[in-house]
Amino acid sequence: MNELPDKIIEVRKLNTHYGPRHILKNVDLQVTRGEIMVIMGGSGSGKTTLMRNMLGLNKPSSGSIHLMGEEITGMTTRQLFELRRNLGVAFQGGALFSSLSVRENIQLPLKEHTRLDSKTMDIMCRLKLEVVNLAGFEDLMPSELSGGMVKRVALARAIIMDPKVLFFDEPSAGLDPVVSAELDELILKLRDALNMTIVVVTHELESAFRIADRITVLDEGNVLISASAEQVRFSDNERVQNLLNRRPRTDTLDADAYLNRLTGVD
Amino acid sequence: MIEKLGREFLFLVQQSGRMGIFLYHCLLNSLIPPHKLNAIIRQVYFIGTRSVVVILFTGTFTGMVLALQGYHNLRKFGSEDLLGSAVGLSLIQELGPVLTALMVIGRAGSAICAEIGIMRHSEQIDALECMGIDPYRFIMVPKFIAALIALPVLTFIFDVVGIFGGYLVGVIFMGVSEGSYFQGMYDSVNWTDVRLGMVKALIFGMLIVWIATFKGFFLHLDRSGTYGAEGVSHVTTDAVVMSSVIILASDYLIGSLLL
Repeated sequence: MNELPDKIIEVRKLNTHYGPRHILKNVDLQVTRGEIMVIMGGSGSGKTTLMRNMLGLNKPSSGSIHLMGEEITGMTTRQLFELRRNLGVAFQGGALFSSLSVRENIQLPLKEHTRLDSKTMDIMCRLKLEVVNLAGFEDLMPSELSGGMVKRVALARAIIMDPKVLFFDEPSAGLDPVVSAELDELILKLRDALNMTIVVVTHELESAFRIADRITVLDEGNVLISASAEQVRFSDNERVQNLLNRRPRTDTLDADAYLNRLTGVD
Repeated sequence: MIEKLGREFLFLVQQSGRMGIFLYHCLLNSLIPPHKLNAIIRQVYFIGTRSVVVILFTGTFTGMVLALQGYHNLRKFGSEDLLGSAVGLSLIQELGPVLTALMVIGRAGSAICAEIGIMRHSEQIDALECMGIDPYRFIMVPKFIAALIALPVLTFIFDVVGIFGGYLVGVIFMGVSEGSYFQGMYDSVNWTDVRLGMVKALIFGMLIVWIATFKGFFLHLDRSGTYGAEGVSHVTTDAVVMSSVIILASDYLIGSLLL
């Protein structure tokens, strides 16, 4: 891979559909090298869809996505596999392989992509488990871990290949405030110590403002704002403020739009 | 009505195309080394070794029933001596491969489909792709190769215990002479029959894993629209029913082509 561009991710005019439903509408987004970008929004706003498109897991209806300088929407599966070796992804539910131990889960990318001997892999596994404060847990099975531990093991697996970009889907979902805060600290540590570019998808406001360099707020598939955490906090956009202040939506109901939603017509 | 028919037709074409491309990827990757020997051994153990007990039981009882029915029918014509050849041919050509396949569908095919469906639902397949690991090579290939090894071996075991089940009823219980039982079988069963049985076992092995893995892998595209536990249960049932019917249909097809 060539020298990384300053714009690690560049999404332009992205549109996606699930069947007849229009999910992302002309989304533009830029993620700069070394920053933590938090994608925020309510449930169903299209956050996870946007992340899956940036990872090449879903194909958009139109628009372009440049990841580390390469356009991914037209890539073949092989090219995507090659590119993804530079990415780390921690999924919302951890996505750990239940038949593999913590060690085997973490070492999986190493075993598939490198020719390292088992001792080196063990050391690397322990190193990453130290980073996520789970040293000594390598022989446990995923079923023996708590929710927070699963997320941390997933994070350790995501960073085992020292990726250039890390994606983290809902790190705080379903965790108590203490564990959630620990994960936030961990994300900050990864950016500072390993100089990773990190994209976090979340709807937890507190967590978002603690870790974000920049925040993109999505609402019903539209980008409301994409700016620094401070600018987002003091934005005069009503919908952004509604989200930040947890105010219920008070928009007047558009009868046609409501009927279209019910009947699934775009 | 016409719209519905058209939609069904389009779905059928789309699904057939998807299944064809899926099989192409599975077979192509199965031919390209290197292979994960440990994963293949684990799958041979899961599909093959763990099915041995059920195959021993079904094989024995099938042979016993064949001998019982065969004896009573042949006795009407005074041809009890043909019992060995009747049991041997029925088992080796038809019942061995078909019943073995049906047992493997129930025991391993359903489990494979549910396992992959849960992997899809819990984003494990997405995680593999994000790690740059090809899910076809990682999940499907070991299962395909293992089924191609396990099914012929299980069919062979079924045939052998079935023949001895037939011996138990025909020779020990019904009094057919041991010599005519085995000599009749020796005279009438030839290598083409054995080859037919083994070809069927190989094709059935591929069909079982193809349908089970396909249904689980594309859980998210299942037409029922259900996901999660209900979706997994739905595709698993679908996989079992579909593969059972296809096994029986292809049994006829292979037989008519090779006999």
